[in-house]
Order: sequence, then C-alpha cells, then structure tokens
Amino acid sequence: MSSDRTLLMRPSPAARESLSALTPILHRVVERIGETNDITTLALEPLEPPSMNFRCGQFNMLSALGVGEIAISMSSAPHERMLRHSIRDVGAVSHALCQSSVGDLVGVRGPFGSDWRVESARGDVDQRDTVVVAGGIGLAPLRGAVEELVRDTQRGGGRIFILVGAREPSQIVFRADLESWKARGAKVSLTVDLATSEWDGRVGLVTTLLADAGFDATNSRAMLCGPEVMMRFTARALIDLGMDPEGILVSLERNMQCGVGWCGHCQLGPLLLCRDGPVVPYAGLVSQLLTQRER
Amino acid sequence: MSTAMKDLVEAHPFMTSMNEESIELVSGCARNVVFAPGSLLCAEGGDADTFYLLRRGQVSISAHVPGRGSVVIETVGAGDVVGWSWLVPPYRWTFDARAMDAVGCIAIDGACLRVKALTNPSLGFALLSKVSMTLLERLQATRMRLLDLYGDHRVK
Ligand SMILES: Cc1cc2nc3c(=O)[nH]c(=O)nc-3n(C[C@H](O)[C@H](O)[C@H](O)COP(=O)(O)OP(=O)(O)OC[C@H]3O[C@@H](n4cnc5c(N)ncnc54)[C@H](O)[C@@H]3O)c2cc1C
Ligand code: FES
Repeated sequence: MSSDRTLLMRPSPAARESLSALTPILHRVVERIGETNDITTLALEPLEPPSMNFRCGQFNMLSALGVGEIAISMSSAPHERMLRHSIRDVGAVSHALCQSSVGDLVGVRGPFGSDWRVESARGDVDQRDTVVVAGGIGLAPLRGAVEELVRDTQRGGGRIFILVGAREPSQIVFRADLESWKARGAKVSLTVDLATSEWDGRVGLVTTLLADAGFDATNSRAMLCGPEVMMRFTARALIDLGMDPEGILVSLERNMQCGVGWCGHCQLGPLLLCRDGPVVPYAGLVSQLLTQRER
Repeated sequence: MSTAMKDLVEAHPFMTSMNEESIELVSGCARNVVFAPGSLLCAEGGDADTFYLLRRGQVSISAHVPGRGSVVIETVGAGDVVGWSWLVPPYRWTFDARAMDAVGCIAIDGACLRVKALTNPSLGFALLSKVSMTLLERLQATRMRLLDLYGDHRVK
C-alpha cells in the first residue's frame, strides 16, 4: 500500500505523461478561495514538479480521496503560475473537494479533451472580435481563455466582449477578474435573472446582452459555456445576427468516467466528449444532437 | 410631422419591414423625448396612453412587492419597446418603467394610434403582428428564466 502511494507521489518525469492519463497524481491544495456561497476555487501544486501543461478549455479528473472522481475544467490560464479549478458544490464529490483545506491532497488525472483554440489563434494574432458568453459557473472553463485573449488584444488582437449571466448578483464569479479584464480593454456586460435591491445592472437572459454589445457578428467568433439550453439559445441568436456557426464553440458536459475514450459514458451521438470535446463547434451535427432528446 | 421624426421612427427595429404608409401614420403620433436617470416613463396603475420605442439608454421594468419594495423584473434597452397596455382595455400600466441612465426614445400616443389602426386595417394588422412578435420573444425569455437554468437542481 505504502509503495503504491510512493508511486503516485513520485513518478519519473518520463513516466508522468502516460501515467497521468489513468493514474491520479497527488497535488496539494495551496490556496482555497470561496467565490460564492457554493463555488470554491482550489489552487493545486503537484507534490513533485513538473507542473501540468494544458490548453484553455481542457479538463482534469479530480479525485477527492476516498469519495470519488469528477471532471473539472481548469480555470487558470497555462501562463499563470498556479493550476486552478473552480468547483460548484452540487453533490458528494464536488462537496468533498469544495470542503478541502489548504494542505489537503487531491488526485489529478489529465489534461483531457479539446480546447477553446486560443493558442492556435495566437500564432497569427486573431483580428476578429471574440464574444465570450458565460452562464453561472460556465465562466470557470472560460477564465483561462479570456486571460490569454486579453493578453492578445494588448498585442493587437481583435476586441473581446465578455457577456455574463447569473441567477442573482451574489452568484457572479471572478468579480476581480471581470474588473481587471475591463481595465485591460475588454467590454464586460453582466445580467442576472433575479435582481436584488442593491443591483443596479441589467436583468434578463444573457441573450439580451448580445444586440447592443457592439461586436461585428460577421467578423467574429464566439465561445459559449453554461447550461446547455442557454448555449443553444445564445448560439441561435448569434447565428441570427450573422455569425458563422463554425466560429461558435460550445463546451459540453456529459458524465465522464475514464476521460480517455474507453468507457463510452460521455457519448453524444458519434462523439466521445472526453476526447472529441468538451469544446466543439456549434455547427451541423452538434447543433442537431443538442436538440435531440437523449434516451 | 417632420421628415426628421419619420426618419427616427423608420430607423427603429420595431418598424422593420413596415410599409411607407404605416411608418407615416405612426410618425404622425410620435414625438421625441428624453428621460433623466431615475425618472419614470410610466407608473403602475397610471393611464397607459403612450408606448416608447427606445433609442438609447436602459430602462428597468419593476413592480412594487410589499415587504421587498420595488423589484426589477427585467431591463430593456436601445431597440426595445416599452409598454403594451395602450393596446388593450382598461389601458392602465401594470408595471413601473424607470430610466436607469439617460434615455432617449420616441413616445407614441397610444390613443392616436388606436384610432388610426381602426380606420386603417393594414396599419392595425402590421402593428399587431409586430407587437405579437415582440411579446412572443419576451414570453420565451420569461419561460427560459422560469427554467432557473443556473439553479441548484440536485436531488435532495
Ligand atoms: C468536461 C467537464 C467539465 C466540467 N467542469 C466543471 C467545472 O469547471 N466546475 C464545476 O463545478 N463543474 C464542472 N463540471 C461538472 C462536474 O463534473 C459535476 O458537477 C460533477 O460531476 C458532480 O459530481 P458530484 O459527485 O459532486 O455530484 P453528483 O451527485 O454526481 O451530481 C449532483 C447533481 O449534478 C448533476 N451532474 C452530475 N454530473 C454532471 C455533469 N457532468 N454535468 C451536469 N450536471 C451534472 C447531477 O445530475 C445531479 O443533479 C464539468 C463536467 C464536465 C463533463
Ligand atoms: S469518459 Fe470514458 S469514453 Fe469518455
């Protein structure tokens, strides 16, 4: 037992890549941030270097030791020092992870899946407008991508429009980041479903932010993450405004188990979302699959 | 009616695909107005004699809830329409509409438009089609919000 534990803790750098796909690598919680009443961000550090290389939009399988394992997207950008995940407490495993304290150990398997393609766009700084639409915790898988994009705008890339919808004002995550992105040139618009007396901003669906946001729909791309119905409505509204469906990326969630395309739990039509997703273009097949009822 | 007013009315998204004659008739009942931040466009219970085509700024639609004060139900902005109650008896506002910032809009006299719509069925039909489309969009948005998409749906 103890030698197994040593193996998990001290893989050789060469063995690390293949090992990390199937065997959790132990990480220590080095910071814990309460974002809202039910969303917590954990900053993780491997017990042994090196740190993980990943792309924005990918996910890890995080294990709460003795409880279980769940898929959680990275909420940090690859260039940031610390690997972060932002977790909403919805059930047994997410609850255990949200309850962890600084110093606790968490298992990490990954990185898995496709990404928001900000890295490929960065080679030849993308001149198009980028419209980022997030609902609730959906801003977490987009946070790293926005960080990268904001760096790009400062190098002459296209404009960034960040549209965020939340149930109520207290559920808006990453407030400090939203302020910082605004200060660095991004246009940030927020809306809530239920206003409180202190809220003096917009009230309504996130799609109501699209019309007067100011982007050029015919020369832009979009990244959407949030409840699936919200993404469907937003994608349709963007297409109605003239955006090319191939340029609209959505991040889809299904039950993930193996993360490597073996078990089939994450199937959506012919796609295995742990491998072909979670980030996929909202064009053709995906838009059809999302309107079909799953059996 | 000035050509400037007709141009303003014609440019508003609510008027898209309305014919020339309808635009002229609507423009004849229209005037350009501005509201300072915080001022009321209409107040719950008051006579609904106007509707507004918003050109700039944001407007909150709210209701007074005992114990909670004024609760904002939704906000609307440039390109949207405020006020349906001019169309159906008893012509009373059912909500407050308040300017959240400097609001520029075209105010349309509901009584004037009702008379024109009665005598000109083509205008009446065009207006009702437009109003129905906008109401349908709002109804769908309200249904989506009823789904409480971001809520906690764990099985308790
Ligand atoms: C690729 C991917 C990335 C994700 N990224 C994040 C993230 O960054 N932050 C975050 O908080 N969550 C994320 N999730 C969702 C997270 O994996 C689930 O909330 C988690 O599996 C719930 O497990 P649990 O044991 O805590 O709760 P359970 O008891 O398993 O489930 C509790 C409730 O959540 C629902 N649920 C479970 N799994 C999912 C799922 N995959 N999608 C939607 N609803 C689900 C269940 O129907 C149930 O109502 C992601 C999921 C995927 C597939
Ligand atoms: S999670 Fe096993 S195939 Fe995708």
